[in-house]
Amino acid sequence: MTTDDWVAIWLTAKLATLTTVLLLGLGTPLAWWLARTDSFWSRCVGALVTMPLVLPPTVLGFYLLLLMGSQGPVGQFTTWLGLGLLPFTFTGLLIASVIYSLPFTVQPLQQAFRAIGARPLEVAATLRASPYDTFFSVVLPLARPGLITAAVMSFAHTVGEFGVVLMIGGNIPGQTRVISVLLYDRVEALEYTQAHYLAAGMLVFSFVVLLGLHLLNRERRV
Amino acid sequence: MSVRANLTCGLGAFRLAAELSLPGNGVTALFGASGSGKTSLLRCLAGLEPTARGYLEVSGEVWLDSERGIALSTHLRGVGLVFQEASLFAHLDVRRNLEFGLQRTPVAQRRLHWEGALELLGIAHLLERLPTRLSGGERQRVAIARALLASPRMLLLDEPLAALDQPRKDEILPYLDRLHRELAIPMVYVTHAMEEVSRLADHLVLLEAGRVVAAGPLSSTLARPDLPASFEDEIGVIVQAVVAHVDSQYQLAHLSCAVGELRVPRQGLKPADGCRVRIRARDVSLTLHEETDTSILNRLPGMVAAIHPSSHPAQVLVSLLVGELPLVARITRLSCDKLQLQVGSKVWAQIKSAALL
Repeated sequence: MTTDDWVAIWLTAKLATLTTVLLLGLGTPLAWWLARTDSFWSRCVGALVTMPLVLPPTVLGFYLLLLMGSQGPVGQFTTWLGLGLLPFTFTGLLIASVIYSLPFTVQPLQQAFRAIGARPLEVAATLRASPYDTFFSVVLPLARPGLITAAVMSFAHTVGEFGVVLMIGGNIPGQTRVISVLLYDRVEALEYTQAHYLAAGMLVFSFVVLLGLHLLNRERRV
Repeated sequence: MSVRANLTCGLGAFRLAAELSLPGNGVTALFGASGSGKTSLLRCLAGLEPTARGYLEVSGEVWLDSERGIALSTHLRGVGLVFQEASLFAHLDVRRNLEFGLQRTPVAQRRLHWEGALELLGIAHLLERLPTRLSGGERQRVAIARALLASPRMLLLDEPLAALDQPRKDEILPYLDRLHRELAIPMVYVTHAMEEVSRLADHLVLLEAGRVVAAGPLSSTLARPDLPASFEDEIGVIVQAVVAHVDSQYQLAHLSCAVGELRVPRQGLKPADGCRVRIRARDVSLTLHEETDTSILNRLPGMVAAIHPSSHPAQVLVSLLVGELPLVARITRLSCDKLQLQVGSKVWAQIKSAALL
């Protein structure tokens, strides 16, 4: 393993952790609203949130690049704020990752919230708990398996992203060169031994994460 | 505490339109067939029906007034609600389920203390268990204790026994009796089982197709001869009685009550036990003289107070006064004419069966 490898691993872990934290913060209220509302607008938002599941990552990356670029509205806004342009920076990559992994947070949470049903909320209200209190003392604990699934899937999915990184982040060591991009470089340079370290590492990581998730969810069902 | 309500609430094709006032004490039963609106009415009282409109006032405090845009949220109403399925929080053990409402009740408003609730419902040995490790009856007892520990101003029970089998019902009913006797908290009890109404209720509200068709004290409401046809089989009286003595040879309990003495199968009663007896109009027949050559044990002398048509043209409902107490008999119109019954006639009421509750 080279320094480049460790830099990429550290960067990937940082990106995935920050993405997961941001997604849980944004995705939880969004999933709650989607689970509790049945209107035309909630359907629209629901479809929009799910789109990264079916779109090729390059399509998403392409439009984000245009939006955040110097001619795009987001790009002009960030320039006006004095933040500069976001493409090919870590912040830009983080924003793209959040959008790209959003369905992996929202879907499990939405299902978990739906499964709770209205009854526990009604019971809590008759026991003098305000809606806000109920959300933290009843809804979140009951949705714990969904929260764990959402966090693990968002983290793992961010670790595995490639197309969006390539479009929006490029290949800057320590800034945007994550494991998957570095692996691509290694293969292009025909450094197969180096590629194996990263590829096998990713393989083991994914297996361990998914196995852990299955065991955790099984334990709670017993 | 008293409740005044004039509520409408729409649920698809069903519409509740109920005007009623409930007394501020004892147990009020909301009785009716499935789909009569009794659960909707209860949920309106709790503030759980977003489509509820109209007016609701409890102890002079306005909880709902659609004209003035007032709708008090459920968590500010201080109502306890026990659902058909116990609905315990699955992520909390029994102790923390019980503490949930207690912790959210200001100390100054707490009226039932911890040990009192555990003892009242016999659940002290269950505290460390998770809801999944409880039987159906235990779960329901914990749910009732949990509601009580939040010191509600009114306890609402939505068919709390309907999901339980008969042994579990028999397990819970004595606890409900105790609540009734030992707590001053008014209760509203939704059920479609007349046995539960007769045993627990003090007041009765009859509902049919989303409307209140009769309301008032239990016995006098059930004795009303003008109840809608669907309730006619339930017409009768509820008599409060005390066991005078027990005939152990024939296993009969001799009950003394306002109508005189009644003899019923013993069912574990001891002398001086209080109990309720239900005498339905369809179980009462009339004779002009005391019939002694009969298998019917309970025969009481009375006087005809009124004769009403029944919903069936072949039958009439005869209201009697036995001493001070009203009794209702359902007999055929033919018999009524043959016996030449009229207001003031002296008759003997033969009670074919008296259900001990």
